[in-house]
Amino acid sequence: MATKQLDTLETVTVRFAGDSGDGMQITGDQFTNTTAILGNDLATFPDYPAEIRAPAGTLPGVSGFQVHFASNEIFTPGDQPDVLVAMNPAALKVNLKDLTAGCMVIVDTDAFDARNLQKAGYAKSPLEDGSLSAFKVYAVPLTSYTESNLKDVDLSVKEKRRCKNFFALGMMYWLYSRPIENTLDWIEQKWGKKLPEIAKANRTAMKAGYAYCDASEEFQVRFEVPPAPQTPGTYRNIMGNDALALGLVAASVRAQVPIFYGSYPITPASNILHALARYKNFGVITFQAEDEIAAVTSAIGASFGGNIGITGSSGPGIALKGEGIGLAVMVELPLVIINVQRAGPSTGMPTKTEQADLWQAVLGRNGEAPVPVLAPQSPADCFEMAFEAVRIATKYMVPVMLLSDGYIANGSEPWRLPDSFASLPEVPIRYRTEKEGFHAYGRDESTLARPWVKPGTPGLEHRIGGLEKQHLTGNISYDPANHQRMTKLRAEKVERVVADVPDVPVFGPERGRLLMVGWGGTFGSIHSAVRRAQRAGLSVAQIHLRYLNPFPKNLGQVLGSYDQVAVAELNGGQLRMLLRAKYLVDAIGINKVEGQPFKVRELLARIEELSA
Amino acid sequence: MTPATPTLTKKDFVSDQQVRWCPGCGDYAILNSMQQAFAEMGIAREDIVVVSGIGCAARFPYYVEAYGFHTIHGRAPAIATGLKLSRPELSVWVVGGDGDMLSIGGNHLLHALRRNVSLKILCFNNEIYGLTKGQASPTSAFGKTTYSTPMGTVDRPINPISVALAAEATFVARTVDVAGEHLKATMMRAAKHEGSCFVEILQNCVIFNDGVFDKVTNRDTKEESVLPLEHGKPMRFGKDRARGLRLRGLKPEVVTVGEQGVTESDLLLHDESDRSLAYLLSRMDKESFPTPVGVFLSQQLPSYERGVMGQIERARAKRAGDLMELLHEGDTWTVRA
Repeated sequence: MATKQLDTLETVTVRFAGDSGDGMQITGDQFTNTTAILGNDLATFPDYPAEIRAPAGTLPGVSGFQVHFASNEIFTPGDQPDVLVAMNPAALKVNLKDLTAGCMVIVDTDAFDARNLQKAGYAKSPLEDGSLSAFKVYAVPLTSYTESNLKDVDLSVKEKRRCKNFFALGMMYWLYSRPIENTLDWIEQKWGKKLPEIAKANRTAMKAGYAYCDASEEFQVRFEVPPAPQTPGTYRNIMGNDALALGLVAASVRAQVPIFYGSYPITPASNILHALARYKNFGVITFQAEDEIAAVTSAIGASFGGNIGITGSSGPGIALKGEGIGLAVMVELPLVIINVQRAGPSTGMPTKTEQADLWQAVLGRNGEAPVPVLAPQSPADCFEMAFEAVRIATKYMVPVMLLSDGYIANGSEPWRLPDSFASLPEVPIRYRTEKEGFHAYGRDESTLARPWVKPGTPGLEHRIGGLEKQHLTGNISYDPANHQRMTKLRAEKVERVVADVPDVPVFGPERGRLLMVGWGGTFGSIHSAVRRAQRAGLSVAQIHLRYLNPFPKNLGQVLGSYDQVAVAELNGGQLRMLLRAKYLVDAIGINKVEGQPFKVRELLARIEELSA
Repeated sequence: MTPATPTLTKKDFVSDQQVRWCPGCGDYAILNSMQQAFAEMGIAREDIVVVSGIGCAARFPYYVEAYGFHTIHGRAPAIATGLKLSRPELSVWVVGGDGDMLSIGGNHLLHALRRNVSLKILCFNNEIYGLTKGQASPTSAFGKTTYSTPMGTVDRPINPISVALAAEATFVARTVDVAGEHLKATMMRAAKHEGSCFVEILQNCVIFNDGVFDKVTNRDTKEESVLPLEHGKPMRFGKDRARGLRLRGLKPEVVTVGEQGVTESDLLLHDESDRSLAYLLSRMDKESFPTPVGVFLSQQLPSYERGVMGQIERARAKRAGDLMELLHEGDTWTVRA
């Protein structure tokens, strides 16, 4: 075996692409987990079709998984891949537009037959017509190599061929000097007992892929990406929806009050329901409701009973929940509403990301019905913000909207685990039991929260409902002055949540030419662009809002400290309008609704333009 | 929970709120009988919760001195389901009208019943929208002239009992607003039932649909118009219980005992455990048959909340949740200082 050259890289972006049945998400997950354990900083982004199995070999059926890893701090899954693994012509064609000159492209030549080329709309094979000359193409008969290495495995030819993703994974492990042991363990756990032949086949295929690169003349250089400096602590790699589910459970354990999660299946929120359904040993009640309305109203019923009622969905489902959320506003019960936003309107593009439900969250109910609105800024941040949503909802007896999005819900990054149980904030919940001086709509002086009384408490029998309540007694009231007073009280209660909203930190100079403002899942892209601009000497700062109602106390002052304020968001300008309305700031918008996250380079271009 | 106070009376369930139904409304009679039933159920007052949707009937919780939740239109069964799952020990009553439950809330009713959640769902059926002032409801008779249907309805009504049976409810009954003792007795049975209860209460709307159930409430006609259902007994009705119900093939027919050789042994026996029989009874048309009143079906099946809580208990028994262990699940790595 010839000695191969070993080059050190700071950052690499790998994209796996194939048919939705080719196992690209598993391949990406495995590569990511191994990379995480090696101590690289990383961010991932799966991009998959809505169809479970679109026709094989077609453009709509292409499923992709991108992982960006580095020896320094990174914040996005990368604008464009450094290496593309394309399992068929369609996967190559779909991803070609994102490739830059010099990109490494590994293709499975076995999949480039006449039928697949035609399905992908290629008149002639791109491997032969010179159209890929700008790239370093590695044409490998992945399928037949996989098959020939699995001679001794007792599986059908079709089953053997399906192991080709592990062959490709083995190649990538070799190329980027990653150990295969972690995936070997995973294969054993997943199939070892139930399907030992499948386990054997996948192990063998992965080792064969690794060995192939090691032996092949074609692969002369391999790379290493040293670990990134990370804050000391214990880490795991986590997807946003999983972190969100864990945040809810953590708040429940901290409060010692069970959570009730009412939900109706919807992309991209369903896996929160799946995750929580596994946590029954924490007393979590999951309820797959008959529709979105029952999902929210059952959660309100559970809150009335003294549980922490939570519902989760995406935009179309949130629209259906609107009346229920208004009821929770009126009866002043805690409720957490999770919206994992997707591209809209209507059914829109369910698997694609967008931030266009901000107005819906802040304004989208009949009557004056304000609710606190929170938004996590990255996959790992979903843990903290879900926890915060529960804490605020129970402290203020108010429904809280949590705005995640498809990008951070399915994306992943390393998450530094809480050091100890005691390091989690307290979630003090107190149910009223004293009869003396009880008023169903009496209020806590500082938070304006009304008392939470569990049915079953003797002597505190009372009625609540959606009709306007008389101050203190909670009796039905049509009194004009009372309606004015109660409307004001409900609004003021939400405003007082600001006591629990930290000041927004400024990244960069405290005064200057340009302030970049963002919210929610776009943090990574904006932050990466701002850092680059700052390194290039531009006078630009960044703030990123995780609290959208009420806004942080210092926001007005910060917005006024720059010559120009630009709001970057994946919608037509929703935060921008709210900021302009509240702070009279002449902010300009950087907006995009392509169902895709911002690319760092497109934001950087705008920053350069605006700082000029 | 606290043991039931043995000395509860009807008065203990009268709230301080002024009742605001129209004078003569059937809801007064229902409220009165219900308050009596609550007092006699042997359930502590604080453990009783009345959940309602929107409509005249839905004002009910305000008038009952217990825990109450007046929610939004149609959603009471869903809210009550969440409540029951969070607090299975409570006695949860759901009150609504025919529009609330069978129109806007039809989906929730269907699923609360089929899941077999232990909710006592009471549908006050007056075959009209009252609170919104007299529009046709999903139970309004075909051709009914109302404000929204000046030339008569052209949509066919739904049959609440048939719907409940088809939705797999495990306790299905019908009673009448003014039949105080029967109504109370039906509630007492519902209170004891584990699983989903659906009780249709025929209720007169004195303003918009007055007299709609006259045949079954009027002293002169009710004997001939009501078929009392009693488990294990032959189906007899009418003056001197002379008339009865017989099955010919799969079709019921009304016969007179002692005429044309008909004896009591020819009559159908009521069997509360037979869903098909219950359905057959629910389908008898009002013109040719008496209106069955009583318990159509009572079936013992484990409730939904029992299933949900059972899974949680099993999961906990297997491995009690440890949060830090959960957070550290999967592959982790440690960066040293």
